[in-house]
Amino acid sequence: MTRRPALLLHGVALMAAVVTSAPLLWMCVASIMPTGEATSTPFRWWPSSPTLEHYRVLFAQLDLGRAAMNSALIAVLTTAASVCCNGLAGYALAKLRFRGRRGITRLLSLLLIVPAPIALLPLFLVLKSLGLVNSYWSAVIPGAATVFGTLLVRQYALAIPDDLLDAARMDGASEWRIVRSIVWPAASPILASLAIWSFVASWNDFLWPLVVLSDDAKYTLPVALAALAGEHVQDTELMMAGSVVTTVPVLILFATLQRFYIRGVLAGSVKG
Amino acid sequence: MITAPRASESRAAWWFLAPAILLLAVFFVLPVLIGAALSLTDFDLYAIADWRALRMVGLRNFAETLSNPLFRTAVANTLWFALLALPLTLVVSLALALLLDHSALRARSVFRTVFLAPFVTTIVAVAVVFRAMYHPEYGLVNWALGLVGVAPRDWLGSTAWAMPALVLLRVWKSFGYYVLILLAGLQTIPGELHDAARLDGASPWQRFRAVTLPGLRPSLVFIGTIALIDALQLFAEPYVMTRGGPVRATTSVVLVMYEEGFRWWRMGSGAAIALLLFTLLLCVAAGQRWLERRWRVS
Repeated sequence: MTRRPALLLHGVALMAAVVTSAPLLWMCVASIMPTGEATSTPFRWWPSSPTLEHYRVLFAQLDLGRAAMNSALIAVLTTAASVCCNGLAGYALAKLRFRGRRGITRLLSLLLIVPAPIALLPLFLVLKSLGLVNSYWSAVIPGAATVFGTLLVRQYALAIPDDLLDAARMDGASEWRIVRSIVWPAASPILASLAIWSFVASWNDFLWPLVVLSDDAKYTLPVALAALAGEHVQDTELMMAGSVVTTVPVLILFATLQRFYIRGVLAGSVKG
Repeated sequence: MITAPRASESRAAWWFLAPAILLLAVFFVLPVLIGAALSLTDFDLYAIADWRALRMVGLRNFAETLSNPLFRTAVANTLWFALLALPLTLVVSLALALLLDHSALRARSVFRTVFLAPFVTTIVAVAVVFRAMYHPEYGLVNWALGLVGVAPRDWLGSTAWAMPALVLLRVWKSFGYYVLILLAGLQTIPGELHDAARLDGASPWQRFRAVTLPGLRPSLVFIGTIALIDALQLFAEPYVMTRGGPVRATTSVVLVMYEEGFRWWRMGSGAAIALLLFTLLLCVAAGQRWLERRWRVS
């Protein structure tokens, strides 16, 4: 390869990276601008005097810290439930011999194409009749067991050798013991992918918590931010600070654990 | 070695499956079925208070929905959104995937991380950011366009540009995911095919047409389907950025469903909209299957 095409290649890639990251960079910069500076000409890429005032307002006056705690709690509970439910179910469908296995697997593959918004209204009614609306559980439930998660684990667990499991059974190990000492370690990479995938999906979810959490003390970050965005349309710097608080935790999580996240994305895409 | 299912194994299987199946049955399958039933009723605010107020109305919800001008506008808007987003997403993702796949590119994983970052951000937050960026006077977008000599416009304030503005946000947010899938697809194309084509004197463009594109077809069909299905469920962007405006120019199907259900509490007609949307999505999925089968035969 000669010099000039390589230079062009890197130039184009760099340009694409700049355009891609510009909105997020500007979000961070605008969040520390003094009030009014993000909506003034000429356009600025750096505050005249950086300030954390907007973050102070968000946490001290607008109680965004509470929304952050709600988001964290719901995302952690969802992740734990998802790893347990989908992990066990996926393993059972992949490796345990029982009648009905094929039928259930096929049914799940069919359900995979039903998108969540379809069930939105009736799911609300179901939770309402169970008295769960406006509780944290109502926000956790849709992500606790998912068709996608179960099939993801199943696909991976298929590769666990049967001989290994049967040998353990010969030695008199209980099924539960086998799960803990063989399956859990063997499947840990895909469970890690599932965990980070569940966490990010739960943290970012908007439509469902918007519907089901009516008490603003229970709002998650996206719902609280959307409510703020309606009231504080003019306070651009404040809204940018709120967006930073909402996006940066998942961005950091993604940056540190992206190996697992990417594996989850790719494993999910193979299934179709 | 095939053995009859052991009792202990089969019992364990059902115990392991029970939590997931129970949750999915009660909170996913049941609601979908209830939704289908609801669409045949006049379920509204009174019925929420007292189920006995519920009446069967047959297909009236469907007839009313289909003749409702707001719903028709929403369908047209949603299809317009999909029509703009789909080709743009495919072209951008394909171009950047080819770029990242180039053997001379350094720091590939850094670029991949940057491209994927928007995908993991919260849609509400980036919708808030883009709303500020689309500001006609002070926004980043008009400023950047000014640098290359394009006249500023009122992105979210005009009926013509509001939808393209939402499309740009969608493409920006999702292309990294599609790049990732295309990169995986590119790895499956054997290098020998490229070498053979090169020996035959094929130009880069000919190699792209004859080797890369056919090899990527399954990945392209997959991401096209996902992008289309996601586009048809447009909701958070108009909800946060435009409230469906200006003059309903960005009102989407899911937004209408949300308002029917949770603003006006007309659950019956909301459920009818959900079912109509589902039918449309099923057609997309069926279309994907058909495309795949046709190409496998040829």
